[in-house]
Amino acid sequence: MSAAAAPRSDVVIVGAGILGAAVAYFAAAAGLSVTVVERGSIASGTTSRCEGNLLVSDKEVGPELELSLYSQTIWRGELAEHAPQWEFEAKGGLVVSSTERGKRALDVLVAHQRGLGIRVDDVVDSAALREIEPYLNPAMAGGAFYPDDAQVQPVLAAHHLLRLARGHGARLLTHTVVRAIRVSAGRATGVDTTAGRIDAGAVIVCAGPWSGEVAALAGVALPVLPRRGFVLVSEPLPPTVRHKVYSAEYVENVASSDAGLQVSSVVEGTPSGTILMGASRERVGFDTAFSPEAVGRVARAGMELFPVLAGVQIMRTYSGFRPYCPDHLPVIGEDGRMPGLWHAAGHEGAGIGLSVGTAKLLVQSLRGEPTDLSLEPFRPHRFDERPAA
Amino acid sequence: MTAPPPDGAREFSFDGRAIAFREGQTIGAALTAAGVTSWRTTRITGEPRGLFCGIGVCYDCILTVDGRRAQRACVTPALDGQIVRSDDPAEALPLTGEVDG
Amino acid sequence: MAEASVYELAVIGAGPAGLSAAVAAAERGLTVALVDAGAQTGGQYWRHPDERHLDAFARPESSGHHHWAHYRDLRARLARAVEQGRLVHLPGRQVWRIDRDDTLLTLRTTPTSGADAADAAAAPERVVRAERLVLATGAYDRQLPLPGWTTPGVMAAGGVQALLKANQVTAGRRAVVAGTGPFLLSVAAGLADAGVEVVAVCDANALSRWAATPLRAIQEPGKLREGVGYAATFVRHRIPLRTRTVVASVAGTGRVSHVTLAKVDARGRIRPGSERTIEADLVALGWGFTPQLELAIGLGARTRVDVDSSLVAVADADQRSSVPGVYLAGEATGIGGAVQSCAEGELAALTAAVDAGRSDDPRARSRLRRRIARGRRFAVGMHRASPVPADWTTWLAAGTTVCRCEEVDAGAVRATVHDLAADDPRDVRVTARPGMGLCQGRVCGFALSCLVAAETGRTAEPIDLEPLAKRPLAAPLTVADLALLADGKD
Repeated sequence: MSAAAAPRSDVVIVGAGILGAAVAYFAAAAGLSVTVVERGSIASGTTSRCEGNLLVSDKEVGPELELSLYSQTIWRGELAEHAPQWEFEAKGGLVVSSTERGKRALDVLVAHQRGLGIRVDDVVDSAALREIEPYLNPAMAGGAFYPDDAQVQPVLAAHHLLRLARGHGARLLTHTVVRAIRVSAGRATGVDTTAGRIDAGAVIVCAGPWSGEVAALAGVALPVLPRRGFVLVSEPLPPTVRHKVYSAEYVENVASSDAGLQVSSVVEGTPSGTILMGASRERVGFDTAFSPEAVGRVARAGMELFPVLAGVQIMRTYSGFRPYCPDHLPVIGEDGRMPGLWHAAGHEGAGIGLSVGTAKLLVQSLRGEPTDLSLEPFRPHRFDERPAA
Repeated sequence: MTAPPPDGAREFSFDGRAIAFREGQTIGAALTAAGVTSWRTTRITGEPRGLFCGIGVCYDCILTVDGRRAQRACVTPALDGQIVRSDDPAEALPLTGEVDG
Repeated sequence: MAEASVYELAVIGAGPAGLSAAVAAAERGLTVALVDAGAQTGGQYWRHPDERHLDAFARPESSGHHHWAHYRDLRARLARAVEQGRLVHLPGRQVWRIDRDDTLLTLRTTPTSGADAADAAAAPERVVRAERLVLATGAYDRQLPLPGWTTPGVMAAGGVQALLKANQVTAGRRAVVAGTGPFLLSVAAGLADAGVEVVAVCDANALSRWAATPLRAIQEPGKLREGVGYAATFVRHRIPLRTRTVVASVAGTGRVSHVTLAKVDARGRIRPGSERTIEADLVALGWGFTPQLELAIGLGARTRVDVDSSLVAVADADQRSSVPGVYLAGEATGIGGAVQSCAEGELAALTAAVDAGRSDDPRARSRLRRRIARGRRFAVGMHRASPVPADWTTWLAAGTTVCRCEEVDAGAVRATVHDLAADDPRDVRVTARPGMGLCQGRVCGFALSCLVAAETGRTAEPIDLEPLAKRPLAAPLTVADLALLADGKD
């Protein structure tokens, strides 16, 4: 295709997972011309291999928590009319501790979180826990309930966000690989793909754990790495687990940089009747091979929370790669090393929840508007900066 | 063919009804022979289902056998005195916290 | 032989291919474990009543079977090999996972039926370790949805036959047998011999398709004898064989009561005005077979799409898969029939034995290869004569269930493609959920890929079929069973 005939978009988005879909939606709704390029099909990466968590309960104080609260208001506010289409459930999350000592530590965390504006209710003992979740192991000591934790079906969310974006004129090219990012005078000016060249005012990398690979096409280093997790899917069951339920160790593991296998229990039901069980974390590159140990530990941890699961059949397991950065914060915004190159990636296990907030902020920044939250902490070039002497 | 065993017909109970079977038959076969063609309703539309693939692949024929849920009738041998119940997708799991069956 | 030891060869599946492989391998001096989901040997092809209770059944175990003498011979040789401690037979166990390292294959099993579950955790056969593996996992009926096919009384042709052969139970009184291929004749004849009124056998294809196949391709003497046998049954029972005819819809509340037949053109499109409705209480549907491939795929074996549009695993001339130490026999390499499967099983065993250091048998090898090649030619001819009609998806109304488990209809699949831009079967699956129920897409996978291809205008590629057949858990198992893996030791 000759340069004169190359199509042009205000924005080219690389990746049609939840981040690409969300960015496409906000950009197109704001009147920008958008092309989304996806090497597979919609949500064929991490977005179709997760649980659809929208959590505030597990966020560390700081920019990620702020982004999480901001995102929540968008899911429940301007996107509320679409909630049924992506099975948004404001079910709330229950963190459970199995020991008195763990409960006391949780109490400290909860008091701290309240101070930051997170709504959380004490659940003082086993009986109170089982009023909320009747099937919970009676041996659990106590917990905390987070009414603002919620769930969506992430694949539906990505598809519907893209449908809405296309309704605003966005173009979607699936099964199309980005071969190169075009750079001119140090500025990203578009992409070369297997379907031809596309010129753009901005190239936005939303490629999840593969964002580093894509950024490298522009000669830019982006330290996004994969952290593998397994999910077990049960046979369809009558309503059994009412909320998202996790053991208190979950919060620790999210924040950990440990490379080895970490498992803590997360259990939730879904509108389709299946129960999803997670969560494992390990750094094994992009190895999709089934890990008997990881799957076994997820199964065991789930049974400890809900003994009735012992006899329940698991029909399916899948693994996915959470994209994370070394400091456990995502990269959002224009790359200071290359104008025209933007990123929205690295949200680790919180991508679904944080997607819409990320996208809205990014599009604000793209349009030169003041952003509702500062994007400073998420600047993609922060890893290249020398620490202050 | 020899006469049936002298200690009486082989039977299992299905939703409280006695179903005769020949030893060696599956629960699904015995129900079919007894004129029962469905023992389950689907979760969303409530359609009746019974045997479909007949060889253990489709999981349409599931029912509860001696307290164990989601057993395939077509590959589960019928045994004397079994308690078989049709599958109700809305029936809650037992609340005792013990392993089912 | 203690179960905890490492076998020289594990064989999965005890149908014609697996049974032949296990017996041949044991007789060639290998230590063998034969793992089978069935309660007794025979697979689907030689399904017969429970051997422990034959006196309870009205007809002999051989009723309706072909090559029965050969099966009895294999069964006797199996018993001898077991007696002599060369072979361990592990029935009633499904292999849900195989892990492989440089020297060892580890098979993890779960009981087929809950009756054995109580002992499952303790059973030593829960894990089987072997140096080499023959995958002979067979096949199951391929299905195409049609309006009303979820009505009780509609069954897979193979399931109707399993009821007949293993249980001596007829699934109805008045039957329509429909689909395509010679298996329909076998099912119809079996039903008729058991006293069922077979009101029609409908093949979507025309007999003239056989004429297009070179005569050499059907030089399978056994098959010709079989055909003559069926013809006699049909004449005796006055069963009408209707070609270029399909079941257009099934009606009935709670049970099949009426079946509407229709004529179709060469592409399978229904000819308007050709519909006629008849009374029936049983519909047996068969569109050929498709192999159980998840274990082969899980091991990384190379696959291809065969002449009948099934995804199959690639085997070389000696039955080796693309994975070292893993051999294939029977339907997994391509749907072919029992004689071919037996030969493939024997050849796989011979190859494995030679690879394990036993002496070769070049005469047997060439005899087996010749038989397999002949069987393959027949199978190719049969598939070409009895394909799935190209435009079968035109039979589907918007409300026709495509995924039985998750109750996803054709309209939902189409909407997912057109409104949500889901453009391949995997995408449709994770979005609209066909294939996400207990059977994990075994029943609807092929139909789904055809329907998505029809809606997107992209032809189905192996790359589309494989994700639907990729199952890290080859069979469902309980959380408690999975938890046993937690400590990283078995």
